[in-house]
Amino acid sequence: MESIVASHLYKSFDKGRIPALLDVSLSVEQGELFGLIGPDGAGKTTLFRILATLLLADQGEAKVDGLDVKQAYKAIRHRVGYMPGRFSLYQDLSVEENLDFFAKVFGTTIQENYYLVKDIYQQLEPFKTRKAGKLSGGMKQKLALCCALIHKPSVLFLDEPTTGVDPVSRKEFWEMLQKLKQEGISILVSTPYMDEASLCDRVALMQKGKILDIDTPSHIIDKFPKKLWAVSATNMYQLLMDLRAFSATAACYSFGESHHLTLKNDASDAASLQQYLTEKKHKDLKINTIKPTIEDCFMAML
Amino acid sequence: MMKNMDTNTANIVIQARNLTKRFGDFTATDAISFEVYKGEIFGFLGANGAGKTTAMKILIGISKPSAGEAQVAGFDVYTQAELIKKNIGYMSQKFSLYEDLTIRENIRFFGGIYGLSRAELKIKGDALIKKLGLEAEADKLVASLPLGWRQKLSFSIAILHNPQIVFLDEPTGGVDPLTRRQFWDMIYEAAHRGVTIFVTTHYMDEAEYCDRVSIMVDGKIEALASPKKLKEQFHAQSMDEVFHQLARKAKRAE
Amino acid sequence: MRLFIAFIFKEFKHILRDQRTLFILFGMPIVQIILFGFALTNEVKDSKIVILDQAHDAFSQRLIQRLDASQYFDIERVLYQSDAIHEVFKTGKIKLAVVFPPRFQHELLHTNQASVQLIADASDPNTASTVTMYASAILKDFQDELIAQTPLPYSIKPEIRMLYNPQLKGAYNFVPGVMAMILLLISAMMTSIAIVREKELGTMEVLLVSPVPPLMVIVTKAIPYIFLSLINVTTILLLSVFLLDVPIQGSIVLLIAESLLFILAALALGLFISTITNSQQVAMLASLMVLMLPTLIFSGFMFPIENMPKPMQIISNFIPSKWYFFIVRDVMIKGLGFKSIWKESLILVAMTCVYVGIAWRNYKIRLE
Repeated sequence: MESIVASHLYKSFDKGRIPALLDVSLSVEQGELFGLIGPDGAGKTTLFRILATLLLADQGEAKVDGLDVKQAYKAIRHRVGYMPGRFSLYQDLSVEENLDFFAKVFGTTIQENYYLVKDIYQQLEPFKTRKAGKLSGGMKQKLALCCALIHKPSVLFLDEPTTGVDPVSRKEFWEMLQKLKQEGISILVSTPYMDEASLCDRVALMQKGKILDIDTPSHIIDKFPKKLWAVSATNMYQLLMDLRAFSATAACYSFGESHHLTLKNDASDAASLQQYLTEKKHKDLKINTIKPTIEDCFMAML
Repeated sequence: MMKNMDTNTANIVIQARNLTKRFGDFTATDAISFEVYKGEIFGFLGANGAGKTTAMKILIGISKPSAGEAQVAGFDVYTQAELIKKNIGYMSQKFSLYEDLTIRENIRFFGGIYGLSRAELKIKGDALIKKLGLEAEADKLVASLPLGWRQKLSFSIAILHNPQIVFLDEPTGGVDPLTRRQFWDMIYEAAHRGVTIFVTTHYMDEAEYCDRVSIMVDGKIEALASPKKLKEQFHAQSMDEVFHQLARKAKRAE
Repeated sequence: MRLFIAFIFKEFKHILRDQRTLFILFGMPIVQIILFGFALTNEVKDSKIVILDQAHDAFSQRLIQRLDASQYFDIERVLYQSDAIHEVFKTGKIKLAVVFPPRFQHELLHTNQASVQLIADASDPNTASTVTMYASAILKDFQDELIAQTPLPYSIKPEIRMLYNPQLKGAYNFVPGVMAMILLLISAMMTSIAIVREKELGTMEVLLVSPVPPLMVIVTKAIPYIFLSLINVTTILLLSVFLLDVPIQGSIVLLIAESLLFILAALALGLFISTITNSQQVAMLASLMVLMLPTLIFSGFMFPIENMPKPMQIISNFIPSKWYFFIVRDVMIKGLGFKSIWKESLILVAMTCVYVGIAWRNYKIRLE
């Protein structure tokens, strides 16, 4: 069964001057963890708001749990959990007061669905009397997730829950999402961190209001059109300059400890690459073919 | 890069000794000591709430430490904060440019703050706009630029007055991967010219670009070395692993 | 109902935890009443006066000596020409001019009556009425002494002229004025800011995507401010009765009921403002410009409406505080009953309905 269906959504702001969504279609299965991957300005937040009944699309249709987002907005609001991109809890209320309040908002109690938030809430418990505004970034997001989950929604919308959160807290956050998936909750989550894509069942890569591709992370990687080389040496900056100046280079991006390189012609150019770099006298030169990451794929699609 | 970076004591541009900041009975920054050398890209990492922001605020001269010493660009953080501010550039993710001013106006305004003359501003401003390829947008409001462009512009403005050191607080959060790399190209280029880069980030691949990286946990610096050495030291494949090993030890959530 | 209470509780927590704002909200009426009160009850001592003695006789001399001997007055100058009076008032230092007519003693002895003109600077109506009262008392004393000496019924008539503000408006007007201002501030401005704050924080977004009826969010925001306003009404009334000796002449129940009506009107205005603004600053500026300023200008609290140009008088009819001000003045100061204020009350009811109607029409169930 499909939990979320969007078909040919268009949305623009400022009387059409700022297009936000251009023909966006996707569907999310029940119990699926679906990622919207894309940088700021890709249109992720607009899509979330349309699906969460907060905005009306200019064109196109969307359904959540089989209900139309325009007509049946009231019914949808009973079933979804929504965590907006900005931290949206009451900063002057304590952790416990926030959770208790949102439980009441959805006509439930903390006890009723405690099993669902237990793992997360246990981490927050030592700080339960602390004001939400005084929590660290990672903790705030965990609390917000608790608040969005407390009424056991069937669909969860998480708009950039890990932005600005440190890598450790981010990892913990994704582990929680994996567990929630087991409960049969459909999750639509967006992130600007490409490395988080591999944690989703399927992802939609978005850029400037358009969907570039929708697939499982492994399929997206398999579709990478070329051989990818990881090149490293002692002087990485000089190496990058040299690689970009190389006539057979199709694209070269720095990727932390190595530069990721694609060549115009995989078969014929590999040998000349080795020769070219040796001539440039790079020390500790390493050239390997590697499996692309989602980030490589994303950049190849631009 | 290491090559053009001199680790002589004469080339120390930031020196911190037992730098401490307490808020009541909470020690945000707990006796941290480190040096940053001229032309270095220094990665300042840590989990949320580890005390990075507090330390950074002291170093850029907007917060007084509770104890310890620190010199930035040769000036003391206790007594010469104003001189520090003149000699550094600063760019944060939260605030960098005025969205309701045009690109040209922002350049003029921020350049003017650092005492650039009208003539200098004109030449440097035009060169900057040309370099970023923003000629067509120069008289448009910053609000109309995509985030990535804004951050690139913001960085360029932060180094417009040729500061010795530039502090970057999570400069690439939410920026698309392509622009993020262009941003780092600009950082490399500035470092190449001898500008010292002090940067915080949550992208662990970006930590790999740094000459040296410090990782803060619970207010203390738990590790400080080049990414390569850190990976050896912690038997890790990537900086991500190193970070996880260290940050997992964190006790406090604030 | 549980939900309703949860919302109200939450709102009270927000208010109580923002102690600086709370302090201002409760401190402001107290400070204002005391400040205005002191301006009012300030003992008039050593007020500078001038004398225009056209009589130059024994009686006028005796009276001048008495005025000079009084602790209330300090004779600045004795004038001999009447056209000099307006000039000395213009300096602003002179509170009162006492004018003895030519042949004062002669008139008094032969016709048994004479008048003394008391000209006061009524731009400060309170001081003006006090100094004329004191001066009249001194004249009365003198008259009584004359009567004691001879059986003839001598009478000295003080002719009082108030310069600049002939009706002496404003004597106790500030109590109703402060009430209108405080209630408007808390009910309209604070409510609109509180609602807009939820929009700014993004919590409104979360609440919109919940089954909570949006109206509940808004109505429950207003309720704590009704309480706050009522507390302030009580504070102001207590202070004015016990500190300033401004008695409540009419029915307290009626006064409180009318105050509630005005609070509702102000809340409705606040809701209306919150539906058309998205930032706290704008909400605050809108409240100040649209509510506070007109309240100060048009409620007759500082300037008499009768003296305003016609178009301004027409505008003043649309300011709810003007009507509330009349109601409080009539009930509290004049002691009138509902019969004489039903028109004003009806106008407030109508205004409330209009604001609620507009707010309702503007209210959005989505972000756009």
